[in-house]
Amino acid sequence: MDAAEEILSVERVSVRLSGREVLRDVSFAIRPGEFTGLIGSNGAGKTTLLRVILGLQPVNAGRVLIDGRPRSRRSALIGYVPQKFLLDPDMPLRARDLVGLGIDAQRFGIPLPSRARRSRIDEMLQAVDAERFADARVGQLSGGEQQRVLIAHALIARPQLLLLDEPLANLDLRAAQEVVRLLARIAAEQQIAILISAHEMNPLLPVMDRIVYLAGGRAASGTTKEVVRADVLSELYGSHVDVLNVHGRVLVVAGAGDESDLLGHEAALPGLEILS
Amino acid sequence: MSIAALGALLAPVVEPGFFSSEAVRVAIVVGALVAVTAGTVGVFTVMRGQSFAGEALGDIDTTGGSAAFLVGIGPLWGFLAVSVAAAAAMELIGIQRPRGRDLATGIVLGTALGLAALLLYLVTTLHNTTGAAQTILFGSVFTVPGSTIPLVALLSVVVLGSIATLYRPLLLSSLSAEMAAARGLHVRALGAAYLLALAVAIALAAITIGSILSTALLVGPAATALRLTRRPGTAIALAGGLGVTAMWLGILLAYDSFAWPPLGTGWPVSFFVVTLIFLGYLLSGVPELLRRRAGAA
Repeated sequence: MDAAEEILSVERVSVRLSGREVLRDVSFAIRPGEFTGLIGSNGAGKTTLLRVILGLQPVNAGRVLIDGRPRSRRSALIGYVPQKFLLDPDMPLRARDLVGLGIDAQRFGIPLPSRARRSRIDEMLQAVDAERFADARVGQLSGGEQQRVLIAHALIARPQLLLLDEPLANLDLRAAQEVVRLLARIAAEQQIAILISAHEMNPLLPVMDRIVYLAGGRAASGTTKEVVRADVLSELYGSHVDVLNVHGRVLVVAGAGDESDLLGHEAALPGLEILS
Repeated sequence: MSIAALGALLAPVVEPGFFSSEAVRVAIVVGALVAVTAGTVGVFTVMRGQSFAGEALGDIDTTGGSAAFLVGIGPLWGFLAVSVAAAAAMELIGIQRPRGRDLATGIVLGTALGLAALLLYLVTTLHNTTGAAQTILFGSVFTVPGSTIPLVALLSVVVLGSIATLYRPLLLSSLSAEMAAARGLHVRALGAAYLLALAVAIALAAITIGSILSTALLVGPAATALRLTRRPGTAIALAGGLGVTAMWLGILLAYDSFAWPPLGTGWPVSFFVVTLIFLGYLLSGVPELLRRRAGAA
Protein backbone atom coordinates (compact mmCIF):
# COMPACT_ATOMS: atom_id res chain seq x y z
CA MET A 1 0.00 0.00 0.00
CA ASP A 2 1.32 3.40 -0.96
CA ALA A 3 1.67 5.46 2.20
CA ALA A 4 1.02 8.71 0.36
CA GLU A 5 -2.54 7.76 -0.50
CA GLU A 6 -3.50 7.14 3.11
CA ILE A 7 -5.57 9.99 4.44
CA LEU A 8 -5.08 8.88 8.03
CA SER A 9 -2.27 6.87 9.47
CA VAL A 10 -2.09 6.03 13.17
CA GLU A 11 1.33 4.67 14.03
CA ARG A 12 2.08 2.82 17.28
CA VAL A 13 0.11 5.27 19.42
CA SER A 14 0.12 4.84 23.19
CA VAL A 15 -1.73 7.07 25.63
CA ARG A 16 -1.62 7.01 29.42
CA LEU A 17 -4.31 8.87 31.35
CA SER A 18 -3.66 9.33 35.07
CA GLY A 19 -1.37 6.31 35.18
CA ARG A 20 -3.69 3.99 33.25
CA GLU A 21 -2.67 2.86 29.78
CA VAL A 22 -5.75 3.70 27.72
CA LEU A 23 -4.21 3.00 24.30
CA ARG A 24 -1.31 0.61 23.78
CA ASP A 25 0.65 0.47 20.55
CA VAL A 26 -2.35 1.20 18.31
CA SER A 27 -1.70 1.23 14.56
CA PHE A 28 -3.99 1.40 11.54
CA ALA A 29 -4.49 3.39 8.35
CA ILE A 30 -7.43 4.67 6.35
CA ARG A 31 -7.60 5.51 2.64
CA PRO A 32 -9.92 7.99 0.89
CA GLY A 33 -13.49 6.78 0.49
CA GLU A 34 -13.06 3.95 2.99
CA PHE A 35 -15.71 3.31 5.60
CA THR A 36 -14.04 2.17 8.81
CA GLY A 37 -15.74 1.09 12.01
CA LEU A 38 -13.96 1.73 15.30
CA ILE A 39 -15.50 -0.97 17.43
CA GLY A 40 -15.05 -1.55 21.13
CA SER A 41 -16.98 -1.73 24.38
CA ASN A 42 -17.40 1.26 26.65
CA GLY A 43 -14.04 2.24 28.10
CA ALA A 44 -12.06 0.46 25.38
CA GLY A 45 -10.45 3.76 24.37
CA LYS A 46 -12.56 4.75 21.34
CA THR A 47 -13.14 8.35 22.37
CA THR A 48 -9.52 8.78 23.43
CA LEU A 49 -8.37 7.50 20.04
CA LEU A 50 -10.67 9.94 18.24
CA ARG A 51 -9.36 12.77 20.43
CA VAL A 52 -5.81 11.79 19.52
CA ILE A 53 -6.68 11.95 15.82
CA LEU A 54 -8.30 15.36 16.35
CA GLY A 55 -5.16 16.58 18.09
CA LEU A 56 -6.98 17.20 21.38
CA GLN A 57 -5.18 14.43 23.25
CA PRO A 58 -1.38 14.30 23.42
CA VAL A 59 0.19 10.88 22.95
CA ASN A 60 2.88 9.24 25.10
CA ALA A 61 4.28 7.41 22.11
CA GLY A 62 3.66 7.05 18.40
CA ARG A 63 2.31 9.55 15.90
CA VAL A 64 -0.66 10.43 13.73
CA LEU A 65 -0.27 11.41 10.10
CA ILE A 66 -3.00 13.23 8.19
CA ASP A 67 -2.54 12.98 4.44
CA GLY A 68 1.04 11.94 5.01
CA ARG A 69 1.94 14.88 7.27
CA PRO A 70 2.05 15.23 11.06
CA ARG A 71 -1.28 16.67 12.07
CA SER A 72 -1.59 20.33 12.90
CA ARG A 73 -4.13 21.63 15.35
CA ARG A 74 -6.15 23.45 12.72
CA SER A 75 -6.52 20.65 10.26
CA ALA A 76 -9.32 21.55 7.87
CA LEU A 77 -9.06 18.02 6.47
CA ILE A 78 -10.94 16.49 9.39
CA GLY A 79 -14.64 16.83 10.12
CA TYR A 80 -15.97 15.79 13.49
CA VAL A 81 -19.38 14.78 14.82
CA PRO A 82 -19.41 14.61 18.64
CA GLN A 83 -21.20 11.95 20.64
CA LYS A 84 -23.22 14.36 22.70
CA PHE A 85 -24.76 17.51 21.40
CA LEU A 86 -27.10 18.72 24.08
CA LEU A 87 -28.96 21.84 23.16
CA ASP A 88 -31.98 23.18 25.00
CA PRO A 89 -35.08 23.05 22.82
CA ASP A 90 -35.54 26.82 23.05
CA MET A 91 -32.04 27.80 21.88
CA PRO A 92 -32.26 30.17 18.92
CA LEU A 93 -30.40 28.12 16.36
CA ARG A 94 -31.91 26.66 13.22
CA ALA A 95 -30.49 23.59 11.52
CA ARG A 96 -29.27 25.84 8.70
CA ASP A 97 -27.47 28.12 11.19
CA LEU A 98 -25.51 25.18 12.56
CA VAL A 99 -24.63 24.00 9.06
CA GLY A 100 -23.56 27.57 8.21
CA LEU A 101 -21.23 27.59 11.21
CA GLY A 102 -19.58 24.58 9.63
CA ILE A 103 -18.38 26.76 6.76
CA ASP A 104 -16.57 29.43 8.70
CA ALA A 105 -16.88 29.10 12.49
CA GLN A 106 -13.21 29.96 12.82
CA ARG A 107 -13.61 33.33 11.06
CA PHE A 108 -13.90 36.65 12.82
CA GLY A 109 -16.81 39.00 12.27
CA ILE A 110 -20.47 38.49 11.54
CA PRO A 111 -21.35 36.27 8.56
CA LEU A 112 -22.91 38.27 5.74
CA PRO A 113 -25.87 36.58 4.13
CA SER A 114 -25.26 35.91 0.47
CA ARG A 115 -26.94 33.86 -2.22
CA ALA A 116 -23.84 31.69 -2.65
CA ARG A 117 -23.69 30.97 1.07
CA ARG A 118 -27.37 30.16 1.23
CA SER A 119 -27.32 27.82 -1.75
CA ARG A 120 -24.24 26.04 -0.42
CA ILE A 121 -26.07 25.45 2.87
CA ASP A 122 -29.21 24.32 1.04
CA GLU A 123 -27.21 21.87 -1.05
CA MET A 124 -25.60 20.40 2.05
CA LEU A 125 -28.94 20.10 3.85
CA GLN A 126 -30.30 18.34 0.80
CA ALA A 127 -27.34 15.95 0.69
CA VAL A 128 -28.19 14.72 4.20
CA ASP A 129 -31.99 14.74 3.63
CA ALA A 130 -32.49 17.56 6.10
CA GLU A 131 -34.32 20.18 4.01
CA ARG A 132 -37.59 19.31 5.72
CA PHE A 133 -36.38 20.64 9.08
CA ALA A 134 -33.83 23.17 7.83
CA ASP A 135 -35.60 26.02 9.60
CA ALA A 136 -36.51 24.19 12.81
CA ARG A 137 -34.67 24.78 16.06
CA VAL A 138 -31.86 22.24 16.37
CA GLY A 139 -32.75 21.55 20.01
CA GLN A 140 -36.22 20.41 18.99
CA LEU A 141 -35.10 17.86 16.42
CA SER A 142 -35.07 14.12 17.08
CA GLY A 143 -31.78 12.31 17.66
CA GLY A 144 -31.58 11.05 14.07
CA GLU A 145 -32.41 14.47 12.64
CA GLN A 146 -29.77 16.13 14.83
CA GLN A 147 -27.19 13.58 13.67
CA ARG A 148 -27.88 14.49 10.06
CA VAL A 149 -27.53 18.21 10.78
CA LEU A 150 -24.27 17.59 12.65
CA ILE A 151 -22.99 15.51 9.73
CA ALA A 152 -23.88 18.38 7.37
CA HIS A 153 -22.09 20.81 9.71
CA ALA A 154 -18.96 18.65 9.54
CA LEU A 155 -19.15 17.96 5.79
CA ILE A 156 -19.75 21.48 4.52
CA ALA A 157 -16.12 22.41 5.22
CA ARG A 158 -15.21 19.69 2.65
CA PRO A 159 -13.06 17.50 4.89
CA GLN A 160 -11.31 14.40 3.56
CA LEU A 161 -11.82 12.47 6.76
CA LEU A 162 -14.99 12.41 8.82
CA LEU A 163 -14.85 11.23 12.43
CA LEU A 164 -18.05 10.29 14.23
CA ASP A 165 -18.15 9.44 17.92
CA GLU A 166 -20.91 6.89 18.62
CA PRO A 167 -23.42 8.50 16.26
CA LEU A 168 -25.80 5.55 16.59
CA ALA A 169 -25.76 5.33 20.38
CA ASN A 170 -29.03 7.12 21.06
CA LEU A 171 -30.92 6.24 17.90
CA ASP A 172 -33.62 3.68 17.38
CA LEU A 173 -32.93 0.93 14.84
CA ARG A 174 -34.55 2.68 11.88
CA ALA A 175 -32.90 6.04 12.50
CA ALA A 176 -29.56 4.25 12.96
CA GLN A 177 -29.94 2.43 9.64
CA GLU A 178 -30.79 5.68 7.88
CA VAL A 179 -27.70 7.41 9.28
CA VAL A 180 -25.49 4.45 8.30
CA ARG A 181 -26.90 4.41 4.76
CA LEU A 182 -26.38 8.16 4.47
CA LEU A 183 -22.77 7.90 5.62
CA ALA A 184 -22.01 5.01 3.25
CA ARG A 185 -23.44 7.03 0.37
CA ILE A 186 -21.35 10.09 1.28
CA ALA A 187 -18.18 8.02 1.58
CA ALA A 188 -18.74 6.48 -1.84
CA GLU A 189 -19.96 9.59 -3.67
CA GLN A 190 -17.54 12.15 -2.29
CA GLN A 191 -14.57 9.85 -1.67
CA ILE A 192 -14.48 10.93 1.98
CA ALA A 193 -12.93 8.53 4.45
CA ILE A 194 -15.24 7.82 7.37
CA LEU A 195 -14.19 6.60 10.80
CA ILE A 196 -17.15 5.84 13.01
CA SER A 197 -16.97 4.59 16.56
CA ALA A 198 -19.59 2.20 17.89
CA HIS A 199 -19.97 -0.35 20.66
CA GLU A 200 -22.21 -2.47 18.44
CA MET A 201 -20.78 -3.60 15.11
CA ASN A 202 -23.86 -5.20 13.56
CA PRO A 203 -25.53 -2.04 12.17
CA LEU A 204 -22.23 -1.24 10.42
CA LEU A 205 -21.44 -4.70 9.02
CA PRO A 206 -23.14 -4.17 5.64
CA VAL A 207 -21.15 -1.00 4.87
CA MET A 208 -17.82 -1.36 6.67
CA ASP A 209 -14.77 -1.67 4.43
CA ARG A 210 -12.46 -2.06 7.37
CA ILE A 211 -12.72 -2.50 11.10
CA VAL A 212 -10.52 -1.31 13.95
CA TYR A 213 -11.40 -3.45 16.93
CA LEU A 214 -10.35 -2.03 20.30
CA ALA A 215 -10.12 -4.08 23.49
CA GLY A 216 -8.17 -3.24 26.59
CA GLY A 217 -6.42 -0.38 24.81
CA ARG A 218 -5.05 -2.61 22.02
CA ALA A 219 -6.31 -2.68 18.47
CA ALA A 220 -6.71 -5.22 15.68
CA SER A 221 -7.45 -3.82 12.24
CA GLY A 222 -8.22 -5.11 8.78
CA THR A 223 -11.31 -6.23 6.89
CA THR A 224 -14.11 -7.65 9.03
CA LYS A 225 -13.24 -11.13 7.74
CA GLU A 226 -9.66 -10.71 8.92
CA VAL A 227 -10.49 -9.27 12.33
CA VAL A 228 -13.80 -10.66 13.52
CA ARG A 229 -12.45 -14.16 14.12
CA ALA A 230 -12.18 -16.16 17.28
CA ASP A 231 -8.38 -16.43 17.17
CA VAL A 232 -7.73 -12.73 16.47
CA LEU A 233 -10.17 -11.46 19.08
CA SER A 234 -9.09 -14.04 21.66
CA GLU A 235 -5.54 -12.82 21.23
CA LEU A 236 -6.73 -9.21 21.56
CA TYR A 237 -8.79 -9.86 24.69
CA GLY A 238 -6.10 -12.10 26.09
CA SER A 239 -8.62 -14.83 26.76
CA HIS A 240 -10.83 -17.10 24.74
CA VAL A 241 -13.81 -15.64 22.95
CA ASP A 242 -16.13 -17.12 20.36
CA VAL A 243 -17.48 -15.38 17.29
CA LEU A 244 -20.92 -16.61 16.38
CA ASN A 245 -23.00 -15.97 13.31
CA VAL A 246 -26.66 -15.98 14.19
CA HIS A 247 -29.15 -15.08 11.45
CA GLY A 248 -26.62 -12.82 9.77
CA ARG A 249 -25.68 -11.09 13.01
CA VAL A 250 -22.24 -11.42 14.53
CA LEU A 251 -22.05 -12.10 18.23
CA VAL A 252 -18.81 -12.00 20.17
CA VAL A 253 -19.13 -13.93 23.38
CA ALA A 254 -16.85 -14.93 26.21
CA GLY A 255 -15.98 -18.54 25.50
CA ALA A 256 -16.02 -21.54 27.81
CA GLY A 257 -12.28 -21.32 28.45
CA ASP A 258 -10.84 -21.18 31.96
CA GLU A 259 -10.13 -17.48 31.82
CA SER A 260 -13.56 -16.40 30.61
CA ASP A 261 -14.19 -14.61 33.87
CA LEU A 262 -11.39 -12.20 33.07
CA LEU A 263 -13.59 -10.65 30.42
CA GLY A 264 -15.89 -9.36 33.07
CA HIS A 265 -19.43 -8.81 31.93
CA GLU A 266 -20.30 -10.68 28.81
CA ALA A 267 -22.51 -7.77 27.93
CA ALA A 268 -19.41 -5.61 27.72
CA LEU A 269 -18.36 -7.38 24.55
CA PRO A 270 -19.29 -5.57 21.36
CA GLY A 271 -21.67 -7.44 19.17
CA LEU A 272 -23.20 -9.40 22.00
CA GLU A 273 -26.95 -9.50 21.99
CA ILE A 274 -28.65 -11.85 24.38
CA LEU A 275 -26.64 -14.84 25.37
CA SER A 276 -26.71 -15.91 28.94
CA MET B 1 -35.75 65.06 14.96
CA SER B 2 -34.52 66.86 18.04
CA ILE B 3 -35.37 65.59 21.48
CA ALA B 4 -37.37 68.76 22.17
CA ALA B 5 -39.51 68.20 19.08
CA LEU B 6 -40.04 64.58 20.13
CA GLY B 7 -41.10 65.91 23.51
CA ALA B 8 -43.72 68.18 21.92
CA LEU B 9 -45.03 65.20 19.99
CA LEU B 10 -45.32 63.03 23.07
CA ALA B 11 -46.70 65.83 25.25
CA PRO B 12 -50.06 64.13 25.90
CA VAL B 13 -48.48 60.99 27.46
CA VAL B 14 -45.40 62.52 28.98
CA GLU B 15 -45.45 64.61 32.12
CA PRO B 16 -44.42 68.23 31.48
CA GLY B 17 -40.69 68.85 31.63
CA PHE B 18 -39.69 65.23 30.84
CA PHE B 19 -37.30 65.99 28.01
CA SER B 20 -36.06 69.28 29.44
CA SER B 21 -34.71 67.52 32.52
CA GLU B 22 -30.95 66.94 32.32
CA ALA B 23 -31.18 63.79 34.46
CA VAL B 24 -33.79 62.31 32.12
CA ARG B 25 -31.75 63.06 29.01
CA VAL B 26 -28.66 61.43 30.48
CA ALA B 27 -30.75 58.46 31.66
CA ILE B 28 -32.17 57.95 28.17
CA VAL B 29 -28.73 57.87 26.56
CA VAL B 30 -26.97 55.81 29.23
CA GLY B 31 -29.95 53.48 29.60
CA ALA B 32 -30.04 52.73 25.88
CA LEU B 33 -26.29 52.09 25.58
CA VAL B 34 -26.31 49.81 28.60
CA ALA B 35 -29.47 47.91 27.58
CA VAL B 36 -28.12 47.13 24.11
CA THR B 37 -24.79 45.93 25.54
CA ALA B 38 -26.40 43.85 28.29
CA GLY B 39 -28.95 42.30 25.91
CA THR B 40 -26.25 41.29 23.43
CA VAL B 41 -24.00 39.71 26.03
CA GLY B 42 -27.07 38.23 27.72
CA VAL B 43 -27.99 36.04 24.73
CA PHE B 44 -24.61 34.31 25.08
CA THR B 45 -25.01 34.14 28.85
CA VAL B 46 -28.27 32.24 28.45
CA MET B 47 -26.85 30.03 25.68
CA ARG B 48 -23.82 29.15 27.79
CA GLY B 49 -25.94 28.53 30.88
CA GLN B 50 -23.91 31.07 32.86
CA SER B 51 -26.77 33.09 34.35
CA PHE B 52 -25.54 32.23 37.81
CA ALA B 53 -22.08 33.61 37.03
CA GLY B 54 -23.76 36.82 35.82
CA GLU B 55 -25.88 37.09 38.94
CA ALA B 56 -22.82 36.45 41.11
CA LEU B 57 -20.79 39.13 39.33
CA GLY B 58 -23.61 41.62 39.93
CA ASP B 59 -23.81 40.79 43.62
CA ILE B 60 -20.03 40.96 43.96
CA ASP B 61 -20.06 44.39 42.31
CA THR B 62 -21.82 45.71 45.41
CA THR B 63 -18.34 45.72 46.96
CA GLY B 64 -16.97 47.91 44.18
CA GLY B 65 -19.89 50.33 44.23
CA SER B 66 -19.68 50.91 47.97
CA ALA B 67 -15.87 51.14 47.94
CA ALA B 68 -16.09 53.79 45.19
CA PHE B 69 -18.61 55.71 47.27
CA LEU B 70 -16.33 55.63 50.34
CA VAL B 71 -13.31 56.77 48.33
CA GLY B 72 -15.36 59.39 46.55
CA ILE B 73 -14.99 58.32 42.93
CA GLY B 74 -17.69 57.48 40.38
CA PRO B 75 -19.46 54.16 41.08
CA LEU B 76 -18.81 52.87 37.56
CA TRP B 77 -15.08 52.67 38.28
CA GLY B 78 -15.75 50.63 41.39
CA PHE B 79 -18.22 48.32 39.64
CA LEU B 80 -15.84 47.87 36.73
CA ALA B 81 -12.72 47.13 38.78
CA VAL B 82 -14.43 44.60 41.02
CA SER B 83 -16.38 42.99 38.17
CA VAL B 84 -13.25 42.37 36.10
CA ALA B 85 -11.25 41.19 39.12
CA ALA B 86 -14.00 38.79 40.17
CA ALA B 87 -14.31 37.46 36.63
CA ALA B 88 -10.57 36.85 36.56
CA ALA B 89 -10.73 35.05 39.90
CA MET B 90 -13.60 32.86 38.70
CA GLU B 91 -11.71 32.07 35.50
CA LEU B 92 -8.58 31.13 37.44
CA ILE B 93 -10.44 28.92 39.90
CA GLY B 94 -12.10 27.13 37.04
CA ILE B 95 -15.31 28.59 35.67
CA GLN B 96 -14.74 26.81 32.38
CA ARG B 97 -15.21 23.38 33.83
CA PRO B 98 -18.88 22.56 34.28
CA ARG B 99 -18.55 21.36 37.83
CA GLY B 100 -15.75 23.72 38.87
CA ARG B 101 -17.84 26.63 37.65
CA ASP B 102 -20.54 26.82 40.29
CA LEU B 103 -18.09 26.05 43.04
CA ALA B 104 -15.67 28.78 41.95
CA THR B 105 -18.51 31.26 41.56
CA GLY B 106 -19.89 30.39 44.98
CA ILE B 107 -16.53 30.78 46.70
CA VAL B 108 -15.82 34.19 45.17
CA LEU B 109 -19.41 35.30 45.77
CA GLY B 110 -19.42 34.43 49.46
CA THR B 111 -16.15 36.19 50.14
CA ALA B 112 -17.13 39.34 48.25
CA LEU B 113 -20.54 39.60 49.87
CA GLY B 114 -18.89 39.49 53.30
CA LEU B 115 -16.76 42.43 52.25
CA ALA B 116 -19.84 44.17 50.85
CA ALA B 117 -21.54 43.83 54.24
CA LEU B 118 -18.67 45.76 55.84
CA LEU B 119 -18.45 48.44 53.14
CA LEU B 120 -22.20 49.05 52.99
CA TYR B 121 -22.23 49.35 56.79
CA LEU B 122 -19.49 51.97 56.60
CA VAL B 123 -21.27 53.82 53.79
CA THR B 124 -24.49 54.00 55.81
CA THR B 125 -22.93 54.92 59.16
CA LEU B 126 -20.11 57.27 58.04
CA HIS B 127 -22.30 59.21 55.66
CA ASN B 128 -25.39 58.86 57.78
CA THR B 129 -27.49 58.01 54.78
CA THR B 130 -29.32 54.97 53.49
CA GLY B 131 -29.79 56.57 50.06
CA ALA B 132 -26.30 55.59 48.93
CA ALA B 133 -26.78 51.94 49.86
CA GLN B 134 -30.13 51.94 48.03
CA THR B 135 -28.49 53.41 44.92
CA ILE B 136 -25.60 50.93 44.94
CA LEU B 137 -27.84 47.90 45.42
CA PHE B 138 -30.92 48.85 43.39
CA GLY B 139 -29.57 51.73 41.33
CA SER B 140 -31.15 54.76 39.82
CA VAL B 141 -30.39 55.66 36.26
CA PHE B 142 -31.38 59.26 37.15
CA THR B 143 -28.33 59.59 39.44
CA VAL B 144 -25.86 58.87 36.62
CA PRO B 145 -23.94 62.10 35.91
CA GLY B 146 -23.74 63.31 32.32
CA SER B 147 -19.97 63.24 32.51
CA THR B 148 -20.13 59.42 32.60
CA ILE B 149 -21.61 59.17 29.09
CA PRO B 150 -18.28 59.04 27.19
CA LEU B 151 -16.98 56.18 29.36
CA VAL B 152 -20.27 54.28 29.11
CA ALA B 153 -20.23 54.74 25.33
CA LEU B 154 -16.62 53.60 25.07
CA LEU B 155 -17.19 50.48 27.15
CA SER B 156 -20.34 49.62 25.21
CA VAL B 157 -18.57 49.99 21.88
CA VAL B 158 -15.65 47.83 23.07
CA VAL B 159 -17.95 45.07 24.33
CA LEU B 160 -20.22 45.12 21.27
CA GLY B 161 -17.19 45.24 18.97
CA SER B 162 -15.58 42.27 20.70
CA ILE B 163 -18.78 40.22 20.49
CA ALA B 164 -19.18 41.10 16.80
CA THR B 165 -15.56 40.14 16.10
CA LEU B 166 -15.76 36.84 17.96
CA TYR B 167 -19.36 36.13 16.91
CA ARG B 168 -18.85 32.88 15.00
CA PRO B 169 -16.18 31.21 17.16
CA LEU B 170 -18.02 32.30 20.31
CA LEU B 171 -21.35 30.98 19.02
CA LEU B 172 -19.93 27.56 18.14
CA SER B 173 -18.00 27.24 21.41
CA SER B 174 -21.14 28.26 23.33
CA LEU B 175 -23.12 25.53 21.56
CA SER B 176 -20.52 22.78 21.88
CA ALA B 177 -17.07 23.24 23.36
CA GLU B 178 -16.14 19.84 21.91
CA MET B 179 -17.00 20.76 18.34
CA ALA B 180 -15.24 24.11 18.67
CA ALA B 181 -12.09 22.43 20.01
CA ALA B 182 -12.21 19.85 17.22
CA ARG B 183 -12.13 22.71 14.72
CA GLY B 184 -9.02 24.10 16.35
CA LEU B 185 -10.73 26.98 18.16
CA HIS B 186 -9.22 28.10 21.45
CA VAL B 187 -12.21 27.36 23.63
CA ARG B 188 -10.55 28.49 26.85
CA ALA B 189 -9.48 31.86 25.42
CA LEU B 190 -12.96 32.40 23.95
CA GLY B 191 -14.51 31.62 27.33
CA ALA B 192 -12.20 34.10 29.05
CA ALA B 193 -12.95 36.82 26.48
CA TYR B 194 -16.66 36.24 26.90
CA LEU B 195 -16.35 36.37 30.70
CA LEU B 196 -14.57 39.72 30.42
CA ALA B 197 -17.38 41.05 28.23
CA LEU B 198 -19.87 39.75 30.79
CA ALA B 199 -18.00 41.51 33.61
CA VAL B 200 -18.09 44.86 31.79
CA ALA B 201 -21.76 44.44 30.80
CA ILE B 202 -22.67 43.69 34.42
CA ALA B 203 -20.77 46.77 35.65
CA LEU B 204 -22.64 48.91 33.12
CA ALA B 205 -25.98 47.43 34.13
CA ALA B 206 -25.10 48.04 37.78
CA ILE B 207 -24.89 51.82 37.36
CA THR B 208 -28.36 51.88 35.83
CA ILE B 209 -30.43 49.43 37.86
CA GLY B 210 -28.07 48.59 40.72
CA SER B 211 -25.61 45.82 41.42
CA ILE B 212 -28.01 43.13 42.57
CA LEU B 213 -30.60 43.83 39.87
CA SER B 214 -28.03 44.00 37.07
CA THR B 215 -28.57 40.43 35.80
CA ALA B 216 -32.23 41.23 35.17
CA LEU B 217 -31.18 43.54 32.33
CA LEU B 218 -28.74 40.92 31.08
CA VAL B 219 -30.76 37.73 31.21
CA GLY B 220 -34.38 38.96 31.08
CA PRO B 221 -34.47 40.48 27.58
CA ALA B 222 -32.27 37.66 26.27
CA ALA B 223 -34.55 34.95 27.65
CA THR B 224 -37.54 36.75 26.12
CA ALA B 225 -35.81 37.09 22.76
CA LEU B 226 -34.97 33.37 22.72
CA ARG B 227 -38.68 32.58 22.85
CA LEU B 228 -39.50 34.91 19.98
CA THR B 229 -36.98 33.93 17.32
CA ARG B 230 -35.14 30.90 15.99
CA ARG B 231 -32.16 32.85 14.68
CA PRO B 232 -29.17 33.70 16.85
CA GLY B 233 -28.55 37.09 15.18
CA THR B 234 -32.17 38.12 15.47
CA ALA B 235 -32.19 37.03 19.11
CA ILE B 236 -29.35 39.44 19.84
CA ALA B 237 -31.06 42.33 18.06
CA LEU B 238 -34.35 41.56 19.82
CA ALA B 239 -32.71 41.32 23.24
CA GLY B 240 -31.12 44.74 22.77
CA GLY B 241 -34.40 46.23 21.52
CA LEU B 242 -36.42 44.76 24.37
CA GLY B 243 -33.89 46.01 26.92
CA VAL B 244 -33.99 49.55 25.52
CA THR B 245 -37.80 49.49 25.45
CA ALA B 246 -38.00 48.39 29.08
CA MET B 247 -35.40 50.97 30.07
CA TRP B 248 -37.06 53.89 28.30
CA LEU B 249 -40.59 52.96 29.42
CA GLY B 250 -39.24 52.55 32.95
CA ILE B 251 -37.67 56.01 32.84
CA LEU B 252 -40.93 57.49 31.56
CA LEU B 253 -43.04 55.77 34.21
CA ALA B 254 -40.61 56.70 36.98
CA TYR B 255 -40.72 60.32 35.88
CA ASP B 256 -44.51 60.25 35.72
CA SER B 257 -44.68 58.57 39.12
CA PHE B 258 -43.71 61.83 40.81
CA ALA B 259 -47.37 62.72 40.29
CA TRP B 260 -48.50 59.46 41.91
CA PRO B 261 -49.03 58.76 45.61
CA PRO B 262 -47.16 59.16 47.86
CA LEU B 263 -46.90 62.57 46.24
CA GLY B 264 -43.59 64.17 45.45
CA THR B 265 -41.25 61.19 45.99
CA GLY B 266 -41.56 59.17 42.79
CA TRP B 267 -41.11 55.40 42.50
CA PRO B 268 -37.68 53.84 41.91
CA VAL B 269 -36.95 53.58 38.19
CA SER B 270 -35.31 50.16 38.68
CA PHE B 271 -38.64 48.79 39.91
CA PHE B 272 -40.30 49.79 36.65
CA VAL B 273 -37.48 48.53 34.42
CA VAL B 274 -37.27 45.13 36.07
CA THR B 275 -41.05 44.73 36.22
CA LEU B 276 -41.39 45.60 32.54
CA ILE B 277 -38.69 43.06 31.65
CA PHE B 278 -40.55 40.43 33.65
CA LEU B 279 -43.89 41.31 32.00
CA GLY B 280 -42.22 41.05 28.59
CA TYR B 281 -40.95 37.59 29.49
CA LEU B 282 -44.43 36.49 30.60
CA LEU B 283 -46.05 37.87 27.45
CA SER B 284 -43.51 36.16 25.21
CA GLY B 285 -44.76 32.82 26.52
CA VAL B 286 -48.31 33.50 25.33
CA PRO B 287 -47.89 32.45 21.66
CA GLU B 288 -46.40 29.10 22.71
CA LEU B 289 -49.18 28.63 25.25
CA LEU B 290 -51.83 29.31 22.59
CA ARG B 291 -50.12 26.91 20.19
CA ARG B 292 -50.17 24.20 22.79
CA ARG B 293 -53.84 24.85 23.61
CA ALA B 294 -54.65 24.67 19.91
CA GLY B 295 -52.61 21.49 19.60
CA ALA B 296 -54.36 19.87 22.56
CA ALA B 297 -57.85 20.80 21.39
